[in-house]
Amino acid sequence: MRDRLIFAAQLAFTLVVAAFLVVPAGLSMAAGVTVSYFRGIQSGLTLQWVAQVWELYAGTILLSFVIAFATLAVTLAAGVPAAYALHVRGGRVSRVIEEIITLPLAIPGLAIALALLLTYGGFSDFRRSWLFILIGHVIFTMPFMVRSVMAVFATIDIRTLDEGAASLGASPPRRFRDVIVPNAMPGILAGSLMVVTLSLGEFNLTWMLHTPLTKTLPIGLADSYASMRLEVASAYTLIFFVMIVPLLVAMQMLADGKGAR
Amino acid sequence: MSQSAGHGASVHIDNCGKTFADGTRALEAASLDIARGETMVLLGPSGCGKTTMLRIIAGLEVPDPGGRVLFDDEDMTAVPIERRNVGMVFQSYALFPNMSVADNIGYGLKIRGLPTAERAKRIAELVELTNISGLENRRIDQLSGGQRQRVALARAVAIRPKILLLDEPLTALDAALRERLRGELNRLLRALGITTIYVTHDQAEAMELGDRIVVMSKGRIAQIGAPRDIYFAPRSRFVAEFIGAANIVDAPIANGHMVLPGGRQPIDGIADGSAVIAMIRPETIRVVDAASANLAGVVDQVSFVGDRQRLTVGGVSDKPIMVDAPNTLSVRIGERIGLSIAPNTVRLLPADN
Repeated sequence: MRDRLIFAAQLAFTLVVAAFLVVPAGLSMAAGVTVSYFRGIQSGLTLQWVAQVWELYAGTILLSFVIAFATLAVTLAAGVPAAYALHVRGGRVSRVIEEIITLPLAIPGLAIALALLLTYGGFSDFRRSWLFILIGHVIFTMPFMVRSVMAVFATIDIRTLDEGAASLGASPPRRFRDVIVPNAMPGILAGSLMVVTLSLGEFNLTWMLHTPLTKTLPIGLADSYASMRLEVASAYTLIFFVMIVPLLVAMQMLADGKGAR
Repeated sequence: MSQSAGHGASVHIDNCGKTFADGTRALEAASLDIARGETMVLLGPSGCGKTTMLRIIAGLEVPDPGGRVLFDDEDMTAVPIERRNVGMVFQSYALFPNMSVADNIGYGLKIRGLPTAERAKRIAELVELTNISGLENRRIDQLSGGQRQRVALARAVAIRPKILLLDEPLTALDAALRERLRGELNRLLRALGITTIYVTHDQAEAMELGDRIVVMSKGRIAQIGAPRDIYFAPRSRFVAEFIGAANIVDAPIANGHMVLPGGRQPIDGIADGSAVIAMIRPETIRVVDAASANLAGVVDQVSFVGDRQRLTVGGVSDKPIMVDAPNTLSVRIGERIGLSIAPNTVRLLPADN
């Protein structure tokens, strides 16, 4: 009896907390399909705001996905070998490098953006292209990839596996492909999930680095909120939600499937 | 002896030492020759440099400048492990968790570009040889410790290496399994006849498997010899105490006898007036009647271990003496017994060390 009471109390508490978080998101998305936010839902439902957002901001959504997957490609290509090298090499130098890679977590995104602007702002073609934002995103997300891959290496004695493959005649690139990457897969997938999510939602850095022609989804959202009707910004939230949730669910399922093996 | 039927390569280690980056001296410069087809065991306590020596032979460590590793007179010092054609079994086995048992065994063959059909044939041979039929499609995490050990061995010999290197391959297993696999491993190594270098800290393993044993201590080679030589004629106190049980007796000499608190023990070939350190194995001591014996003492302790009983006898030397007596002998604690030791079983050791 007492156990059931405690359980009920815990459940109620959890639901209240969840509602506290979910209700605003739900309201915001509902506002995106209401004719008039001030008159409420009885004013009727419409898709005109969604259509308007799509018309105005389709480019930002596309660019966000391009940047997110380009960021993923760069962090995979550089982060996984880096994690391997740092793990195998060990020692103080590796610790220092690892700390440097992790540093962007502690530095405000605005400061990183400012540093990038000061350093590369003069190269105007580069400054105007989306690659400039990509650099910022790579700096910001790299620690998540490197850390999650290194965490897996720490649990499976990857060094001895590597030596085992070497003793059987495999060259370093072959070992990396056949043994290192497959066994680091849970960490690579977890890291990828983080990188894509963080890149899609990144605002701080991107806000500083963007130009009118290189807006990402969160920048467009801020823009619409500042300059459009509230319903338009809400419709934008709805689109963001509809696009990112299936993506995250798909990646999570992929990660779970691989991880369970 | 397997040398006659042996194949594989001879190994010549010339002046190989190893100092790690942090300044630790893991191995003093040492030289060692291993004949084609020979099974050489590197034996010693942890930290003695035996694994470092093995890793230098494997190509996983580079010896300090001046050191060279030769296989069949070919200098391999600068050749990385993947081009040395050695088979290696690691203490943790290093089996690939992302591959099945068969894929693990066949990995080295795949690297060598062997066609699928031939690879399958060779894998089947090795599965047969190492007694793991039926496990081919299992994942590594579905295997027991003993099965993993066999897969690791099968994988290492699949590539027909010139030299087989084993780093404490049985240490991770429980005692009963270790003993059984030791016998199997011995038969397998004899059948393969390839040059084998085997690292262990277990002297029973070393005795059973080795054609010769290299006893190592604190980064140095303490003694090299056949198991019988090492056991019966250790050259230092360390080797005597590390291999088997040994009584170390420190006593002055008079008239060809060691003068001990419990009596006088005749020994061979020593001048009077000097002091000696002598090793006496417990199983070479016979229990006799106290009244007529050269040496006598009092039984402090009796440990019955089944096939024999180990007595600890006080008052004979400055330290208690271990005696292995037949399991049928009836002795009581506190009883005074005589000890008889044949002079030729007393092994004299150098005074240093």
